[in-house]
Amino acid sequence: MEMVTLTIDGQKVEVPKDSTVLEAAHKANIRIPTLCFLKGINEIGACRMCVVEVKGGKALQAACVLPVSEGMEVITNSPAVRESRKVTLELLLSDHNLECPTCVRNLNCELQKLSEELGIKSIRYPGEKHAPRYDDFSPSIVRDASKCILCRRCVSACHKVQGVGVISPNHRGFNTVIAPVFDLSLAEVACVNCGQCIMACPVGALKEKDDTDRVWQALADPEKHVIVQTAPAIRVSLGEEFGEGMGAIVTKKLPAALRRLGFDKVFDTDFSADLTIMEEGSEFLERLQHGGKLPLITSCSPGWIKFCEHYYPELLDNLSTCKSPQQMFGAVAKTYYAEKMGIDPSKIFVVSIMPCTAKKFEAQRPEMNSSGYQDVDVALTTRELSRMLKEAGIDLSKLPDEEFDDPLGISTGAAAIFGATGGVMEAALRTVYEVVTGKELQNIDFTEVRGVEGIKEATIDIDGTKVNVAVAHGLANARKVLDRVKNGEANYHFIEIMCCPGGCVGGGGQPILNAEERWAKDYREVRGNAIYEVDRSMKLRKSHENPAVQTLYKEFLGKPLSEKSHHLLHTHYTKRPLYPEV
Amino acid sequence: METAVKKDAELEEKLQKVDEMLEKYKGQKGALLQALQEAQGIVGYLPLEVQKKVAAALNITLSEVYSTITFYSFFNLKPRGKYQIRVCLGTACYVRGANKVLDRLEKELGVKVGDTTDDAKFSLDACRCVGACGLAPTIIINDEVYGRLTPDKVPEILKKYE
Ligand code: SF4
Ligand code: SF4
Ligand code: SF4
Ligand code: FES
Ligand code: FES
Repeated sequence: MEMVTLTIDGQKVEVPKDSTVLEAAHKANIRIPTLCFLKGINEIGACRMCVVEVKGGKALQAACVLPVSEGMEVITNSPAVRESRKVTLELLLSDHNLECPTCVRNLNCELQKLSEELGIKSIRYPGEKHAPRYDDFSPSIVRDASKCILCRRCVSACHKVQGVGVISPNHRGFNTVIAPVFDLSLAEVACVNCGQCIMACPVGALKEKDDTDRVWQALADPEKHVIVQTAPAIRVSLGEEFGEGMGAIVTKKLPAALRRLGFDKVFDTDFSADLTIMEEGSEFLERLQHGGKLPLITSCSPGWIKFCEHYYPELLDNLSTCKSPQQMFGAVAKTYYAEKMGIDPSKIFVVSIMPCTAKKFEAQRPEMNSSGYQDVDVALTTRELSRMLKEAGIDLSKLPDEEFDDPLGISTGAAAIFGATGGVMEAALRTVYEVVTGKELQNIDFTEVRGVEGIKEATIDIDGTKVNVAVAHGLANARKVLDRVKNGEANYHFIEIMCCPGGCVGGGGQPILNAEERWAKDYREVRGNAIYEVDRSMKLRKSHENPAVQTLYKEFLGKPLSEKSHHLLHTHYTKRPLYPEV
Repeated sequence: METAVKKDAELEEKLQKVDEMLEKYKGQKGALLQALQEAQGIVGYLPLEVQKKVAAALNITLSEVYSTITFYSFFNLKPRGKYQIRVCLGTACYVRGANKVLDRLEKELGVKVGDTTDDAKFSLDACRCVGACGLAPTIIINDEVYGRLTPDKVPEILKKYE
């Protein structure tokens, strides 16, 4: 790689020739403020917050899109630069619905942080304000255009990372608004509810639908037996909301925190993740051995499911009919558990803590009621749980270690890795291999399907049968794999698709990291590594060894793919339109 | 009823032509502006039906198509009226109360600027100086210029187009 040397604030920096000034400054530890810039995702030079002076140049230039050149002299901190940034920021603030104390992003807002850093004391440009536009028809995502600064980070996330592309800047100039076509609601277009737009947004213009009130109400209702399940990925992310480092493992703090909130039983989605492997592994073998539809594609990720329904309906028969672990949990809780405990299922209220906004949509799908009731009553995101804990004065990091309750709180390491891309595949392979061969796996770590590479492929030898697997995360990557399948260019038997980058650890309901934090560390990798550490620390690491799951089959379901299993744990899919009707 | 059926048949025919036109742009993301311009040339405006066809042919999202259409003022989302009213909002007209004339037009026609009346008779737009500043404030209906307007003259002018 050809290198060039430039000077930034008098400091010499050597960087590859195709770098930007912002990247060079980053390397030299010189901080240039940014707002629209999101490394690798949105590098469009829209906001002009990052302006710098270049010796010999006339106008100030946006560092995030300015290429370096040999001998260039850059000044990042002159009176002109500071004034320009202030003016830019004040203009943004003059058309902003400033209501920080009641805003969902209060204390975690890039606009607020910049105002503080740049020392904004007053806004010199009282200007026209946009009429408020608020869209909360979607069960997952809320848009509040009165806080939008038009940085387009969400647009890039939706188009480039997710390959969905249902939001764009519409109209122009002062009338520009980031919205779906015809200014429809997100609920009316082919949005998959992934929440990656929320993760990208620097401010409070995009947020999850807040369902905490419904949970507080249930907890306060003495008639209700309120139980909670926590998804695998929560245990490596919730700590971040309480000042612990990225990827801190809080598995044992979780039950303590949830008990203190008042849940009657604290269970674990990891239990039903193990159950999913029993069903899905059996389904895979069934299809493989009896000429069923292949490749089989995993179905745990509701954003992916809705994506398939809108964009690849011709592949719906390839989807596993297994419900996601969240929904299997609900169905089992309101049948098996209710029966076992002698509780009227109409009195059971199931809350799930998910890293995911799409789980809210999934929970309210009309077919998700095989227990005779809505199987999962409320799905909360990691962020909503953190807000509830803070409201109740519970500091996660100060809690003692506690255990999940029996029986729906018992799990294996195979379930924990559902939280990272490749984990469902690996968990399935561990079980399928041992079931087919009857032999114990020598090495249970299928490292070839781990990691943040967008698409991973492997061929696994199961007693002489070569099984081709593929793993994709982020829907833009999924598209590539699916197109290969559609065009007959690939010969896969089994595919894992996770909607979000990194898998659930990078879900749209997780703690939001600002642009700088995302540049400093790859959160997908850090949280993912923590997930594998959780796996390594477990006594049992294969789903079929989960004793509570074994008991569930013995006492209630019979065997995987039994009639009862089909009724409670499997589902069907619906083709959905690509374009809205207006 | 009959006219509605006739209209549908007419639109069908135009949509057919759009399909044919789009053949040459298949898979060409860069051809969006040309494709939209030609499509508008055929249909007269760019309804959702046409936008879907363009998106599918060029292999881009509907959202990108809509975003582009709404960015450029020469693309129309709705059919244009038989009579196109353009209200000059240039400086000379503006200082002589063009916005009051515009308000009155909006009120009389029951549409906002940029829109077309439900009977497809009038569309209402704003424009920059039309070079008749001496007559400010001015409006143009199709090719006819009306000057020295006051809001109260509006109903009378509209009557001519009944
Ligand atoms: S988006 Fe940021 S600046 Fe705007 S109200 Fe919310 S916290 Fe305040
Ligand atoms: S939730 Fe996902 S699909 Fe929907 S607008 Fe946001 S990024 Fe796009
Ligand atoms: S919604 Fe958020 S991410 Fe999208 S443009 Fe507005 S401020 Fe930027
Ligand atoms: S223009 Fe560089 S951060 Fe926005
Ligand atoms: S400003 Fe209206 S005609 Fe010149």
